[in-house]
Formats: sequence, C-alpha cells, structure tokens
Amino acid sequence: MKIALLADVHSNLEGLTACLEHAARQGADTHAFLGDLVGYGADPRAVLDRVMELAARGARVVRGNHDDAALDPAGDDGMNLSARRAAAWTREQLLPEHRAFLEALPFHDRVEGLYVVHGSASAPDKHVYVTDARSAAYSLQGTDGATWVACGHVHEQALYYTTGGSRPLNFKPVAGVAIPVPSRRQWLAIAGSVGQPRDGNTAACYAMLDLERAVMTFHRVPYDWDAAARKILAAGLPERLAIRLRTGE
Amino acid sequence: MGTLPEIGEGLDGYRITGKLHSGGMGVLLTVEPAEDMGFPLVMKIPRLGYGEPAEAVVSYEVEQNVMSVLQGPHVPRYVGAGDLAVQPYIVMELVEGTCLKDWVERIPLPVEEVTRVGGAVATALRSLHQQEVVHLDVKPSNIILRPSGEAVFIDFGLAHHAHYPDLLAEESRAPMGSAPYISPEQVLGVRSDPRSDLFALGVMLYEFATGKLPFGAPTGPSGLRRRLHVDPIPPRAIRPEIPEWLQEVIFRLLEPDANRRYATAAQVAFDLTHPDQVTVTERGRRMKRAGLVTRFQRWFHAKGMEPAAVVRPSAQLANARIVLAAIATTHTNEALFQAQRDAVRRLLASDPESRLACVTVVRPSSVVGVETEDDVATTQAIKNLVILRNWAEPLQQPTSSISFHVLEGNDPAATVLGYARANAVDQIVIGAPPPDLPLRMLMGTFATKIAAEAPCTVTLVRPPAPGPD
Repeated sequence: MKIALLADVHSNLEGLTACLEHAARQGADTHAFLGDLVGYGADPRAVLDRVMELAARGARVVRGNHDDAALDPAGDDGMNLSARRAAAWTREQLLPEHRAFLEALPFHDRVEGLYVVHGSASAPDKHVYVTDARSAAYSLQGTDGATWVACGHVHEQALYYTTGGSRPLNFKPVAGVAIPVPSRRQWLAIAGSVGQPRDGNTAACYAMLDLERAVMTFHRVPYDWDAAARKILAAGLPERLAIRLRTGE
Repeated sequence: MGTLPEIGEGLDGYRITGKLHSGGMGVLLTVEPAEDMGFPLVMKIPRLGYGEPAEAVVSYEVEQNVMSVLQGPHVPRYVGAGDLAVQPYIVMELVEGTCLKDWVERIPLPVEEVTRVGGAVATALRSLHQQEVVHLDVKPSNIILRPSGEAVFIDFGLAHHAHYPDLLAEESRAPMGSAPYISPEQVLGVRSDPRSDLFALGVMLYEFATGKLPFGAPTGPSGLRRRLHVDPIPPRAIRPEIPEWLQEVIFRLLEPDANRRYATAAQVAFDLTHPDQVTVTERGRRMKRAGLVTRFQRWFHAKGMEPAAVVRPSAQLANARIVLAAIATTHTNEALFQAQRDAVRRLLASDPESRLACVTVVRPSSVVGVETEDDVATTQAIKNLVILRNWAEPLQQPTSSISFHVLEGNDPAATVLGYARANAVDQIVIGAPPPDLPLRMLMGTFATKIAAEAPCTVTLVRPPAPGPD
C-alpha cells in the first residue's frame, strides 16, 4: 500500500491540489494528513472539504497546533503575530461541520508499522518540534516500536534513522529518489510543508511511503503559488504570509 | 538465516553451478538463472549471523542498495538480491577479465602499463562519481580489467551514495577501508568526498610504478594518521626511469589536503592520456623527501586538521569541467575567433577549476615522399599549434589548465567527437555555420554533426551580424 504523507497544508488549496494530483500519478492508495490543515492560507473551507472527503474514504488525519488555534483562541499560545491574526481569521471562516471535523481529530494515529503525528510522538498533543537528533530520538522512543514515524510541524523535509550508535542520524532527502527504509531500523520522516515551504524553494513538499516494499520517496511539486498568495492578500491576511509563498522562505 | 546452498541446489530460481571463492566476508558462487540473460552470473552471499560483526549486515545493505542503482560498463550488472531476513545474496554479472590483484605480483610495472591502467581506473571513477557514488575502497583486489581494457569496480560494501542515508556513517568512527590505500580524510571519518578515491588511485599508481606502498601497510590509528603529514619517497628516487610527469600526477593524487588533489577523475584520466600536457612542478622533479622542518610543519598542521566540507560527488564534477574549443585554424576568421574566445571566457569565469582543451583538426598530410612525410606533418602541426596558442593567449589561462591538440583526421567532426568521448569532455564550443546557409546545405556540416552526436553540451558561437549602416 502506498500512502501519501501530507503535512502543514495551511489552507493552501493550490498546493494541496497539486500534491494530490502528483500523488495520484505516483499511485497513492491512501493519504495521511500530518496536522496543520489550516492557518496562514486563504482557503480553510475548501481545504477542509477536500480533506474530509478523503477522510471519509479512509485517509488518516491528525491534529496540529494551527488546527487547535482555529478551534480555540487559547490554542494560539506561542504563535507569532501573523499566525495569530491568521488563526483569528480562520476561526471566523469555519462552518460548523469544519469545526466538528477538527474537534474530532486525534493527535496521533497508526497504520501498520507507520505512526503519524504532527510534532513529536513523545507528546503528541504538545506539538513539540523535531529539529535535531535528540528530539528525533525522543519521538522514536514515544511510539512503542513503530518502524516509521511521519510528522510535520517543521516545514523542511528530513529523514532521521537509527544506527548502531546512540543517536539517530539526519539525512537531507533528494526529491524523487526512492529510499529503502527497511524495518531493521527505525525511521523518522518529516514530510515538509504542502502549503508553506520554507527552504527557499517554492515547490510544495510531501512524501510517499510504500509500506510493502519499505521504500520512502520525498517529492517536490511546483504549484501556482502566485494564485495562493493573491488570495491571501485579497482576504486581508498579513502580507508577510503571501511573501512567504512567493519566496518559499 | 538459512544455511549456504550446495552446488547443484537451487535458490530463488537460481541454480548453483560452482564455487568461485570463499573468504572472510562471504562466498562467491556461479549460478544460472531460470532464463538465460546473455551473460554469466555470480551470486555473492555475505557471511552474516552470530559471531560476525554487526557492520557486515550494514555493509551488505549498502552494497545491495548502491549496486541496484549503478549503471554503465564500470560496475557489474545488477540482477537481483535475496531477502535479508531469509537468505541475503546479491546476483550480478560475473565480470570476465583480470583482477588487478594479480598484477601486484609483477610490480613494478612498465610506465606504459601504469599509465594505461591508471587511465582506465580514472575513467571508471568518473562514471561512479557522476552517479553520486564514492567507492571508498579502491584497491587492486577490487578492480577487474575487462578484455576491452575497461576497468570495473567490485565490492561496494563501503561505498557512499549521496542520494541515500549513509548507513555506515555511525559505524565508521573507526576508519573503514584498506590501510595502505585509505585517504587521510577517511582516516578522520569523512565518507562523502569523491577525491578520497583519487587518493587511493594515487597509492595504486605509486605501488604499480615503484613496487612499493607509499605509506606501507599500517595497522594502528597512529600509523594511519602518518599519511596526513609524511610524504612518500619520490617514485623517481626508487626508479629513475619513471618520468617526471608521472611522478607529478602521482604526487598530486597523494596530496594530504583533498583541495590540492585533482578536482575530478576526468582530469586525472586526461593527464594520463596526455603526458606532454602535464605541467611538471617541484612535485614531479623532487628526488628526496621533504626536509625535517617541512615535515614538522606538516605534522603540526595535521594535528589540527579538520576535513573540509564536501559537496555531492556530481556537484564537484559540475565545478571542474573540461571545455573543448574547436578552432578552425585553417580558415582564419577573426570575428569568429573573437566570438569563440568570448564564449569560452564566460564559461571559464564561472568556474576556476575548469580546464580548456584547444583543438583543431588537420587532414593527414599527403605523402610527398617517404623521407619528408614526417617533416611535412611536423611543420603543419607546428603551424596550427601556433595559431591555436595565439587564439588562446588573450584568455590568460594558467598553463596547468589549458592544453593544445592538433588532431589528424579526414572527417573533422568525427575526429573532434572521438576526442570528446575519449576525454570525457563536458562542453564543446564551436563556430556556427553562417546564418544564411540553406537548410539542405546545413545538413552534414561540421557544426550540425557535432551538435547531433556530441556526448555533452554544445555551444554554437556566431559573431554578431554587422549593424545596419
């Protein structure tokens, strides 16, 4: 089974649509959304409609900190000003069915040997960033022995893997390369952000895991970021959020 | 983990037909597939399990992974692999030829043989590095020469592929590799620098040329570290018939600082096939090892030596390219010369490590008389060489990174293409046909043929049209 791993969509309908089309061409059987469906972008309703439709057909969806903030103002704790303004705007946009969907989301989920979470598996509801070998090790230890952990929260793609040594090692994936990820060791994949890439490349990020073959491929998908940025400006959201899509930073 | 299959038995559809080798790392069996593949096969079964080091499993994983993605004539063709949980094995092409290990019995070898095998290995390394792989265990016993003369690498158990997580990174805190051949940066734990393979090639060439290993075969960490500061006895001090240019090449490969070695394997292959174009420096002329003061300075420097940051193997290739400028020396056209120079200058400016090969093709000299044939040919070559040098003068390229070649051939395009293929040229700069040439005449021109068949990027240069009066 091929499962498309999509993190940090952030209400970016153009980014999501491009990634879903790409994943379909790559033969994705199902999807896992790794949190932060909304926040920052201008299309929370359309994005949630699409995700809810996929969830009804078996996609797994977990909750991120921006999803928390879209439900409850207390959830924007620790966010910067433009993120808080976007969260407040998003709260006004959501219809009752969107709120109900977000409220029902779990903080983590499991598909065979794959554990999905927004931040760290060490504390799924706390949305802890996995930024280095130490935090990756904590996350891997928090899963009761999953072979693969897939997460988001950090917007740049990365692959951590355990070795004979004490700490996992960090690898920067090359787009489009199928990497063997056999179950003899543990792997932690940060899928990168669909809706707000931050590594200087505007292309949307996602990853695909083939559970049977134990192969993971990280992808970069060019999309119409200009349209997404114009919608952000038209919605009266902070200009900075539009600039981020145009620069990928 | 299963027990080893016997001769005559089958495994996953392969029939075991014989045993080639049984050693510490594993067993090599000849096998036959259910359907003939057109080439003989060998099955490599690693020795894994209780009592074997953990890195043997990782090494098997690395080899299987790297071999499954490598292509080209310089690696055995990969056929398939067994499940590690059941019976691990790799099935690949049985490469026919001579293992360079057998050559070691005959060392020292004649200079021509050292040069030829060095060129073959450098060409094979270029292919690996282009595919983002660093071998990290280059030594005679891991190289087979096909009857065609092409070098093939075997055993990728220590290799590094830039597109995949390095499973051996953690295990390699103790240096991995073969003590006589391992590069200084590998001693320090670096596993991603393609120039490490060039160092190992330097050790091999030194060994083949002199009959001795430049750094011996140390067993402990301090012995391994000595190559960071100790310079080997100059090959010419051991065998005076070794030419200075070859010593220059060997010492440049053996520089402890990777930045002072050749930047790419293609450049090594180029020098080994054009001895007359090698700029000999003090390295090549040296007849004694460095004095005590120099050695102390090197030792002091090595104490604090941190390996330089390295980029992807192919990124290094992209930065040290071979540019070929084909100059029509027989048709002087100053405007075109100028335009070609400008194009070449812009290419070289973006990359100081590039090399420029200035090439022209002349027709084989007509036979005037047996006595004078050579003289005519020489005069013609010199005349064209002078024009080539004059063309290149304004570029002010350092002599070590420019070379001049007057090639003979009845078909200029085929001659230039042959040269470009043999020397792994990265880009060809040629003059474009005139803009008003009718299409039917365009076919079959020098430029069209080069553009259609070149193994690399081709730049067609055309001088700007004169403006309206």
